[in-house]
Amino acid sequence: MTEIQASLGARKIVIDPVTRVEGHGKVTIRLNEAGEVEQARFHIVEFRGFERFIQGRMFDEVPVIVQRLCGICPVSHHLCAGKAMDVVAGVDQVTPTADKMRRLMHYGQVLQSNALNFFHLASPDLLLGFDAPVATRNIVGVIEAFPEVGKWGIFIRKFGQQVIAATGGRRIHPRLCVPGGVNQNLTVDHRDALRKDIGQIIAWCGLALELHKSFVHAHQELHATFASFPSSYMSLVGADKRMELYDGTLRALHADGSTIFEDVKAADYRDYMIEEVRSWSYMKFPHIRSLGRDNGWYRVGPLAQVNACAFIDTPLAEAARKDFMALGHGGLVHATLGYHWARMIVMIHCAEVIERLLYDDDLQGTDLVVTGKRRPEGVAVIEAPRGTLLHHYTVDDNGQVTSANLIVSTTNNNEAMNRSVTKVAKDYLTGREITEGLLNHVEVAIRAYDPCLSCATHALGDMPLIVTLEDADGAIVATRVKE
Amino acid sequence: MTLPGIALTAGSGRFEAGNADPVRVLVLGYGNPGRQDDGLGAAAVAEIETLNWPNVTAYDNYQLCIEDAIDVAEHDVVWFVDASRVGASPFAVTELSRATSVEFTSHLVRPEAILAMAEQYYNSTPCAYLLAIRGYEFEFIEALTPRASDNLRLAVHALAHQIHAVQSGVSR
Repeated sequence: MTEIQASLGARKIVIDPVTRVEGHGKVTIRLNEAGEVEQARFHIVEFRGFERFIQGRMFDEVPVIVQRLCGICPVSHHLCAGKAMDVVAGVDQVTPTADKMRRLMHYGQVLQSNALNFFHLASPDLLLGFDAPVATRNIVGVIEAFPEVGKWGIFIRKFGQQVIAATGGRRIHPRLCVPGGVNQNLTVDHRDALRKDIGQIIAWCGLALELHKSFVHAHQELHATFASFPSSYMSLVGADKRMELYDGTLRALHADGSTIFEDVKAADYRDYMIEEVRSWSYMKFPHIRSLGRDNGWYRVGPLAQVNACAFIDTPLAEAARKDFMALGHGGLVHATLGYHWARMIVMIHCAEVIERLLYDDDLQGTDLVVTGKRRPEGVAVIEAPRGTLLHHYTVDDNGQVTSANLIVSTTNNNEAMNRSVTKVAKDYLTGREITEGLLNHVEVAIRAYDPCLSCATHALGDMPLIVTLEDADGAIVATRVKE
Repeated sequence: MTLPGIALTAGSGRFEAGNADPVRVLVLGYGNPGRQDDGLGAAAVAEIETLNWPNVTAYDNYQLCIEDAIDVAEHDVVWFVDASRVGASPFAVTELSRATSVEFTSHLVRPEAILAMAEQYYNSTPCAYLLAIRGYEFEFIEALTPRASDNLRLAVHALAHQIHAVQSGVSR
């Protein structure tokens, strides 16, 4: 359901999708005196204060509590908090069994989340076309046109959920991480059940990628230019700069592919990144310290994960990566719609990693937890499905959390989403009418990033909860106050 | 006791008298228990689970997901249970039919879309209802407000009554 409000007299156009309690996103397009698009912003209005909610909790409870941040990727928060609490527990290296159990859970999570994005959210646009009638441009329309595709999506996602259940005890609200390790290994029964299906899952991922590529090849100009712009990218990478989603170091690249920084450990993130708040948004605007506020923004997520790595250490995904990177003619790929292609490469990689892990006997090991000397602070980074996720906690002598700072993927993409929406508005807004076509295109741009509505939170302290919009003269034309 | 605004005997007539097969009921609650009254769906599921009735499946999640279509397709009657910010108090019931939509984020999946997928993928068309229990506060607190708790009690009582009725054939 979408409510469109046009306030032309105030020179403001608002597209306001209404959602349930998680909050809602809002796009504001500002016109200049000539009636042209000057700037567009994508607002996420949602709950704040989660970091305060964590304060006072015992540090070993946090990996469970933070799952409530997000209905789509609770596992990412669970694992990231778990890693941070390893540090607090004085543990720098968990056992092989613990490490691989966490990895298995994580890659299962990313697999199922990416599958949800592509099959449920993006495939109607990408397989039926942006201009297909709304009545049919949905998952059922996809199923009618491509009968098998929807089932692939559901079963890939369900498989990912089974991985989570096998590692975390249950598919919903799983519990695996404890400070310094995990609370269980993978049973042989679970392992064997997952082994039976993983080959089919990999095959479906590959078929879905080929289907998507057929869309790209038929719409090359659109794919290259839609909502697109050169940008910097940031992602975790592993040893030798391989793709790494669970643990590694941060790497950031300029739009031309040159290095901004690399080999940055999570604990050092504040030496390289800075977070800014702006008066009109609840979200933080993180940026790269050395590049400053105006130039330091970057993109995260699948496109960044593929751009930032030098290679992928699983064969099918690596072949797909090379194919994808050819779009950049030796440089990075900046196509915003490339998020979808990249997401499917990551999906294939996840499936391959899962298969590899399922044949690793360490998962049946019994050495689950190590202990260390408590520390007052812990920082961890993980590549969540939507990109880089950082958790930072301080803990007092009693083990209670005294502060928490979370930089979530959607926050990292904040500026990039605004720029994509601005690009779309400039390209597709004609006159002062919000056509269904414009709305479709704006939503297509946002869907590429698949912003998380419920976890992009931040306690802003005394900052007023006010969103102010200005016209071309700087005059306030609308003010929004969140009670 | 009957639910307001809906007559469960109306509709598809799929549950004909004399049908020997037990009616399979799914109660699917969703929402975040860490956000005060948004946890009403999960709380309702917890209450239904304590009944331990045969052929009644109940589970909760933070939000609906596409694979819920598999579970939905395997049941004859599905109750989606959610908290509501607005609307009738203590609760409201709406009969659902399939409907599709494309959201701008995968964080939004509507029950109507789940039904559409269940039909399209599995040719399954369960009777489906949305039980919207009125909530009032949605902050980061792990407890229902007293008023929401009252609403929950009434809603669960009515829901249990309806499940019992449909399983015993009263509403078939």
